Amino acid sequence: MSADASTPSRQPISGKALARARMRASLARNWREFRTQRDGMLGLIVLIFFVLLALTAPLYIHPDAFDVAQATGPSMAPPSLEFPLGTDENGLSLLPQVIWGSRTSLLVGFAATVISMLIGASVGIASGHFRGWGGATLERLTDWFLVIPFLPLVIVLATVLGRSLINVIIVIGITSWPGTARLVRAQTLTAETRPYVDRAKALGGGDWHVMSRHVLPNVMPLVMANTVLTVAIAILSETTLSFLGLGVPFAISWGSLIEGAFAHGAISAGAWWYLLPPGICVILVVLAFTLVGRALETVMNPRLRER
Amino acid sequence: MAELLEIRDLHVTYRTREGDVPAVRGVDLSLPAGRALGIAGESGCGKSTLASTVLRLQPPTARVSGQVLLQGTDVFEMRWGELRAARWAKASVVFQGALHSLNPVQRIGHQIAEPIRLHQPSTSSAEAGRRTGELLERVGLPARRAQSYPHQLSGGQRQRVMIAMALACSPQLLVADEPTTALDVMVQAQVLELLVGLVRDLDLGLLLISHDLSVLGTTCDEVAVMYAGRVVERAPQRDAFANPQHPYAAALAAAFPTVGDPHSRRAPTGLTGDPPDPTELPPGCTFHPRCPIAVEACTTLDPPLRPAGPGRVAACLRVGVDGRRLEPEEVA
Amino acid sequence: MTSTGPAPSEVTETPDAAAPPLLELRGLKVTFGTARGGGGVLARAVDGVDLAVRRGEIIALAGESGCGKTTLARTVLGLERPTAGEVRLNGTPMRYQRSALREWRRRIQLVPQDPTGSLNPRRTVYDTVAEGLRVHDVPTSAQRSEEELVAEAMSRAGLRPPQRLYLRYPHELSGGQRQRVLIAGALALQPEILVADEPVSSLDASVRGTILALLLRLRDELGLTVLVVTHDLGLAWNIADRIAVMYLGRLAEVGTTEQVLGDPQHPYTRALLSVVPEIRNLEPEILRGEPPDPTRVPAGCRFHPRCPALAAGPDAGVDETVATACRTRDLPILPAEGAGHQAACWLHQPL
Repeated sequence: MSADASTPSRQPISGKALARARMRASLARNWREFRTQRDGMLGLIVLIFFVLLALTAPLYIHPDAFDVAQATGPSMAPPSLEFPLGTDENGLSLLPQVIWGSRTSLLVGFAATVISMLIGASVGIASGHFRGWGGATLERLTDWFLVIPFLPLVIVLATVLGRSLINVIIVIGITSWPGTARLVRAQTLTAETRPYVDRAKALGGGDWHVMSRHVLPNVMPLVMANTVLTVAIAILSETTLSFLGLGVPFAISWGSLIEGAFAHGAISAGAWWYLLPPGICVILVVLAFTLVGRALETVMNPRLRER
Repeated sequence: MAELLEIRDLHVTYRTREGDVPAVRGVDLSLPAGRALGIAGESGCGKSTLASTVLRLQPPTARVSGQVLLQGTDVFEMRWGELRAARWAKASVVFQGALHSLNPVQRIGHQIAEPIRLHQPSTSSAEAGRRTGELLERVGLPARRAQSYPHQLSGGQRQRVMIAMALACSPQLLVADEPTTALDVMVQAQVLELLVGLVRDLDLGLLLISHDLSVLGTTCDEVAVMYAGRVVERAPQRDAFANPQHPYAAALAAAFPTVGDPHSRRAPTGLTGDPPDPTELPPGCTFHPRCPIAVEACTTLDPPLRPAGPGRVAACLRVGVDGRRLEPEEVA
Repeated sequence: MTSTGPAPSEVTETPDAAAPPLLELRGLKVTFGTARGGGGVLARAVDGVDLAVRRGEIIALAGESGCGKTTLARTVLGLERPTAGEVRLNGTPMRYQRSALREWRRRIQLVPQDPTGSLNPRRTVYDTVAEGLRVHDVPTSAQRSEEELVAEAMSRAGLRPPQRLYLRYPHELSGGQRQRVLIAGALALQPEILVADEPVSSLDASVRGTILALLLRLRDELGLTVLVVTHDLGLAWNIADRIAVMYLGRLAEVGTTEQVLGDPQHPYTRALLSVVPEIRNLEPEILRGEPPDPTRVPAGCRFHPRCPALAAGPDAGVDETVATACRTRDLPILPAEGAGHQAACWLHQPL
């Protein structure tokens, strides 16, 4: 049987090109589906707003706004036309600080999540795929990390590693991966019971082939949705760290603003404008991520959609 | 005396987002008490939908026209109370995939007794227990099995439990949808033996649905073959399998070769193509795109179900009134 | 529009009996340990099997669930490791290091039972068929383009023209098409042996014949050897040259299809055959009870608790000596070579 079923005049088709075309189509389909989730869209809009805010801040906020020597306002003044969000203990306007704070908070949140996702997904897949002592070890490791109380761990790590942007990111990253890993491991175990994994092995596929070609694509949607939720947690973690005085030194973040509010007696002075705006920003961003994350889960898992 | 079950011109259409999907397109059947009627067909032919209408259990998205007469009364005209009383006490159904329909956290005895308690709430638990034991013995399981949980039973045993449950309220009609599909051949034989015995001993009417024409041929008094929502052939017992007239019935019969028959030795036959999409049925005879003996007329004329020999009907332009295969020129 | 295999009169000559067997199983045992801790119970899924399969042969491995046929098939594919005994391909024993296993897999391929579950729903038809090619980097070694190899395999499997289906996803295909895609995926590697595990049981009845005809055609055109695992004796009658009936981890009867299904010797085979609807010449013998549990293999002949011949006693030719043997003496493993029609039964084996 000759292979002249393929017409001579056509170029050989690249399997990769086909895959790309198909992926674009499915992304478009998922986006359309996502658009129908009102909560998710709302969350997405809020997120885009904050991200733009963070990215464009340097365009309209001059570093002088944070220079104590250049402070013009009265200390702890309530909101007014000149200072829409009032002033801090140094008389600096709080509005640019709150806006600037979004940069550190979001950056740490995203970066730490990337680390967490990478570690979590890899460990999760590996611990689910490898039987025997390899997988068991990874599983124990995950459980161990999961069980350790978050706060004491970050305090110890922050103290040991010292305070810097990188270290804060690392600390948050390595304390939030176990949740993802656990989820991914469960999903991997399920995926590997499918007959198509058997077939992949029967074809001669090794561990790497099975894990990367069959398990990972199966697990990715779950990881995506979980990642979005993890960012929310990472931002909260950063806020907590900063509040405890363990955050990025000399950087303005929402957490540091809240810490400042407490440290300088804003509460007892009744200076709500110092405490509330950063707190509300954290809440809004976390809520937005949660809404988007849940909407993503619904889109990725057709069974959750109500028809 | 009215037939036990009579289906007249039944049409069932599902309403979906993409439009109407006709699942059953005009079926007439009748079944007297103490007899077994087999319905053969594959996925998408409408047989399961048909089974669900017997007790008005079709999905809410289904639109039904026609009549389903249970002992002379149309189930679609029954008031709710009448229908509830009819369900399980007049007719009961063993659905496809019944093996997975047992509640894993309840004992078998409790589940078998459930319909009894629902229909006769005044039954004492001692009485229910006695009846359960009786039912288990009737289906060939020891009465003490009532204390078991579903996971402690094998596939064949669970199927027997489903049948026991279906018999709980002494119905006159039993509808079994693919009761032996997932079972080993020996266990299948046991279950079929049980069903045939029940028909004989309890004077039950049995509506047996299966894709295995050879099984129906040996257990049922009459066999109807369905394709794309219609009955395309009806014949007494073995005839549908041993001597099918409609080409689809022939293909279905050929799918279960008789061991020892030289014609099927190293000669597997099958149909190309797929069962038709109910929303896009071909014009004329719905089977013609896959039919090995189709002629010109088949693409335009939709053959009615007409007599094709003693006690037989077939819906094929090439089957004559006496059951003879007609040459293309003879087709009206 | 029906597709058929070769007409009975044109059947290809039976495989050359003088050539050494392509696939050999020697004393194969596969045991699964269940329940860890003290007194773990062992499931003897395969409990001593000798089998020789010749090149170009279609052999059916028949039996009920729990008999071990699927485990045997998986062991031949390298998906399970034998507890004892060995699997040999062309005289070379199977080794389980990664590279050896990969080589093995090029030569023995699987046609799975569940076409729907065996297809990754996120991969297109093209990707699925090309998967094996990519794992073994065949385009490089064969000096041909991947697409060419995919198109050829798909055409061989009856999917024509192949281009039309490249971008489809499994859920857009019918059952028969899915099975053909899987067969194409296996053919792409140009294996010598296909192991088909219940290849048509999940498919619509009217479509089964087309897939079986495809397997026959592949044997005739490509010289493929096929090991078909099935519980359906009708299927064996349809396409198998030889049939091996398995019961509780051992072969109960082996022979050509005509021999085993025409004149069954073992009481188990007789019973199985007798309950096939429409069978002639045999009274239905419905065995009581369930197919047995591989964790509780009876002593003596493993079939004796359910054996209708033993139950009938002298009427079935089972005198005291034979009956005692049935209850106490385990039967020898049926030999792989020669000897034609064999049954592991004390009625037919020398005491």
